[in-house]
Amino acid sequence: MLADQDRIFTNIYGWESAGLTAAKKRGDWAGTAKLMKKGHDAVIEEVKSSGLRGRGGAGFPTGLKWSFMPKEVKDRPHYLVVNADESEPGTCKDRDILRHEPHKLIEGCLLAGFAMRANAGYIYIRGEFVNEAMALQKAIDEAYAAGLLGKNAAKSGWDFDLYVHRGAGAYICGEETALLESLEGRKGQPRLKPPFPAGVGLYGCPTTVNNVETIAVVPTIMRRGGAWFAGLGREGNTGSKLFCISGHVNNPCNVEEEMGIPLRELIEKHAGGVRGGWDNLLAVIPGGSSTPLMPKSVCDDMLMDFDSLKNAGTGLGTAGIIVMDKSTDIIQAIARISYFYKHESCGQCTPCREGTGWMYRMMDRLVRGDADVSEIDVLHDVTKQVEGHTICALGDAAAWPIQGLIKHFRPEIEDRIAARKAAAVAE
Amino acid sequence: MAMITLTVDGVEVEVEEGSTVLQACETAGKEVPRFCYHDRLSIAGNCRMCLVEMERSPKPVASCAMPAGPGMVIKTDTEVVKKAREGVMEFMLINHPLDCPICDQGGECDLQDQAMGYGGDRSRYQEPKRAVENKSMGPLISTIMTRCIHCTRCVRFSTEVAGVNDMGAIGRGESMEITTYLEKALASELSGNVVDLCPVGALTSRPYAFNARSWELSHTESFDAMDAVGSAIRIDTRGNEVMRVLPRVNDDVNEEWISDKTRHAIDGLKRQRIDRPYLRQKNGRLAECSWEDAFKAIQTNMKKAKASQIGAIMGDQCDAESIYALKSLMDKLGVSNVDCRQDGSVLGTSGGRGGYIFNSGFNGLEDTDYVLLIGTNPRHEAAVVNARLRRRWLNDGLDVARIGAPVDLTYPVKELGDDPSILMELADGKGPVATKLKRAKKPMIIIGQGALTRKDSAAILGAVARLSKETGVVTADWNGFNVLHTAAARVAGLDLGAIPGKGGMDTGGMLAAANKGDLQVLYLLAADECDLSAISKKTFVIYQGHHGDAGARAADVVLPGAAWCEKDGIFVNSEGRVQYANRATFPPGDARSDWSIIRALSAVLDKTLDFDTHAQLRAKMIAEVPVFAEADVLTEAKLGAIGGKGKIASTALTTPIGEGTGVSFYMTCPISRSSVTMAECIDAFEQNGMKGAAE
Repeated sequence: MLADQDRIFTNIYGWESAGLTAAKKRGDWAGTAKLMKKGHDAVIEEVKSSGLRGRGGAGFPTGLKWSFMPKEVKDRPHYLVVNADESEPGTCKDRDILRHEPHKLIEGCLLAGFAMRANAGYIYIRGEFVNEAMALQKAIDEAYAAGLLGKNAAKSGWDFDLYVHRGAGAYICGEETALLESLEGRKGQPRLKPPFPAGVGLYGCPTTVNNVETIAVVPTIMRRGGAWFAGLGREGNTGSKLFCISGHVNNPCNVEEEMGIPLRELIEKHAGGVRGGWDNLLAVIPGGSSTPLMPKSVCDDMLMDFDSLKNAGTGLGTAGIIVMDKSTDIIQAIARISYFYKHESCGQCTPCREGTGWMYRMMDRLVRGDADVSEIDVLHDVTKQVEGHTICALGDAAAWPIQGLIKHFRPEIEDRIAARKAAAVAE
Repeated sequence: MAMITLTVDGVEVEVEEGSTVLQACETAGKEVPRFCYHDRLSIAGNCRMCLVEMERSPKPVASCAMPAGPGMVIKTDTEVVKKAREGVMEFMLINHPLDCPICDQGGECDLQDQAMGYGGDRSRYQEPKRAVENKSMGPLISTIMTRCIHCTRCVRFSTEVAGVNDMGAIGRGESMEITTYLEKALASELSGNVVDLCPVGALTSRPYAFNARSWELSHTESFDAMDAVGSAIRIDTRGNEVMRVLPRVNDDVNEEWISDKTRHAIDGLKRQRIDRPYLRQKNGRLAECSWEDAFKAIQTNMKKAKASQIGAIMGDQCDAESIYALKSLMDKLGVSNVDCRQDGSVLGTSGGRGGYIFNSGFNGLEDTDYVLLIGTNPRHEAAVVNARLRRRWLNDGLDVARIGAPVDLTYPVKELGDDPSILMELADGKGPVATKLKRAKKPMIIIGQGALTRKDSAAILGAVARLSKETGVVTADWNGFNVLHTAAARVAGLDLGAIPGKGGMDTGGMLAAANKGDLQVLYLLAADECDLSAISKKTFVIYQGHHGDAGARAADVVLPGAAWCEKDGIFVNSEGRVQYANRATFPPGDARSDWSIIRALSAVLDKTLDFDTHAQLRAKMIAEVPVFAEADVLTEAKLGAIGGKGKIASTALTTPIGEGTGVSFYMTCPISRSSVTMAECIDAFEQNGMKGAAE
């Protein structure tokens, strides 16, 4: 369990003011210039040594990602883009950072921007986050007024400007290249990769896109050292992480915990336990709606980190934990997720455009049991035809929940089909 | 270009650096199915049909978008690839209607063809199919949007090549629809090409709708005569009817696009045709007559006239053979009043061939780094050439300046005003434009007919020639002096020397004389673009042509000739490229190939021309003018002294066709003037804007 002195987001619940003075009292902006004195590459090395992995879902090592940026600014400027388009169902960690800890993010932007030699950063914030965007803008204005941003930011000798850009409310714009398209004023559709953003990103310039939480933990890592961060969690899955626990728990919450904490401990200690007790648990979606669900049997001794969950056939994703107790109609729950992905598919590439609709409609019938048992295999086949064949990961995200359902709850689906058939015969 | 080596299905291939995996696969002889990928458009990678397996990649990759790298190992024939393609094909088909039997694309549909290879034999899709409302895209494009597979080729074509931002996709996910902005007709001279690009039957040709099936058609490879570009086309016929015109690939000229006029004016071939000889009666009306009577009337009138009282004007769509035959006949009659320049252009042959052709060739547009347009509107005079200029601007930001009316060319142009007198100063190498020309490595001047048909055109031409020498437009290894013609017959006519001989009158002179009655006989060879409204009754007018247009209206005797696609003929495009056009259909009724009419008439006139067959004529013509011998090559032409001196008036420069000239792009010749489709285009695009789209 994470000790209080190792907590990074000390104001995640908003018990104190989010303003600059209060933030400074919590340790933000302490000696930022001194941290930057070590040089661009030293910052990257420190982050590398911390073992920090991207908190946006994919878990790519952050230091490594930064090191893909060109080592020198040539004819094109470098950009830092922060992905605050937090739209994954079940995930609400970035929202609380934006609300209550904006200065951690802003300081992180300065450090990350400095590390990758960017003089400008953009925070692309989800359109629905109206108050959060205002809170963030207020914090940025404070930082500018205090000389922490702009020319010679925080007296470090490095110029850094930070802009907030509000999205228009599309899940797909959380995909990094679709985000860049949207930021450039175009339709939010993912780009083809390669080229990757580190080579050709925003306006064709080298760009790194990072999640809010990833950037917000950087100042603390820099101050306390990569070794401290690496000391938390276990190898390859270091540090602490914000977990968002929602669903059938007694006390839904956001909580910062050490990576690799057992799921059961996490839920019981922080979320007041599953409604009706652990034995009333049906399944858990561990990392936002796109990760395959785990039935209770898998949940019992699951450790919450990237590799453990990956080995269990699911993923840590954004650590948006959706808990479902035995009152849940699991087929309906997954059908609802399918509807979400059908609605949010951008329509650019064939498998996702056509497949998400097909999958949703089949799921919709399965909820009612209005199908043939053989169609379960067809549905599984369709998810396989979508997965891995699309431009971006939305296709995968739409396919995985259904695969998880079929893998763990196939008997339930078959029962429902049989029940409907029986009812029809009875009539 | 550096080469890289990679392996495709165990075969090592070498491709240029910067190629895609798809190109490498093609080099290896592996066919990769695709829908969205097109050589001449940007890469979208959205259809996902071209997936291949790549070593060290966990997922199959879209080969069209993946840059080929050295040492890559690509597999196109594995189970994974087959499964991926079948999956994508199934997704394409679930919402695609199975209406192939009533679809105009049937038989030449990419989806149909590839479904044969990758489609299943039954559908697993049990849900309701999607239906999409059709969009209105004007008189040329018919839409059945339920068939759309969202490859976005049409969107990319219209924004990238045609330069109009009217098309796009609205909605997302399965609700995504391709549409034009506010359902506006696609306002481009190249819009018909989206029909060719559409891999399914979502966008089909509206004039051709439900007219024929592709397998019923005979194909004739030929060249276009609607403008002076010389686009390579394929004429599809059924029986003796031209059903449609499609572009052929010719990288040097039209790449693979054609203009809407080239494609759609063909319905004019069926209307207003002259299919038998006519003779004007005493009551002033034309009446049908026999060939003998027509020839006899000509003989009578010719006999009465002195050689200096006879004149001949050749039209803009004549093949070289008929110009040659008429010119030869006139020579035999001792007539020097011959002109192939209906519009009164000052271009002559005194400066050598280089003085009247597009010297750099259209391929020169790829190399040039500065273009000065003078009195030309390439968008309407040579739409596919304009598309090249646009591409150069898109890709390399090509600098284009213009002296002439400021019309939208789909790319930014530095306007120097429409006053041509600035050329006098410019020719002395003064001013920023002259500096730019000098600084450019391969500068180019494109001079259009708008600058060549004025009273002071000789002075303009002279100034441009001086400017060219002064600023390095013409050097030892680069000739950027380019004339852009609008008449398909013009360069061939000039090559044949069909201009006034010693003491002869030009078009203007002949018409003035005919208006006064001083000219006894005026022979119009398909010449309809000059002012024939005031010709004196005393002048006997012979009109030989294919359409009842201005020429026939003024004629005393009408001889039925053949339209350009109804005879084998040689055309020479603006670049001086000789092109052998092929006969696709026969001329209607009693109409004949034009050279044979002139040959027959020459016997009646006792001036028998010494060829009896088309082949003999060609042989003789080539012997006299060797340039016709070799087809589809560009021979370097000498540019001698051209133009004259004198003052250039400040009268505004105009262009022969296009906005603000009174001549629509859609109607520039007898064929297009007779075309209902072209009339509909004018209705939709020029007069009432939205009217055509409202139905």
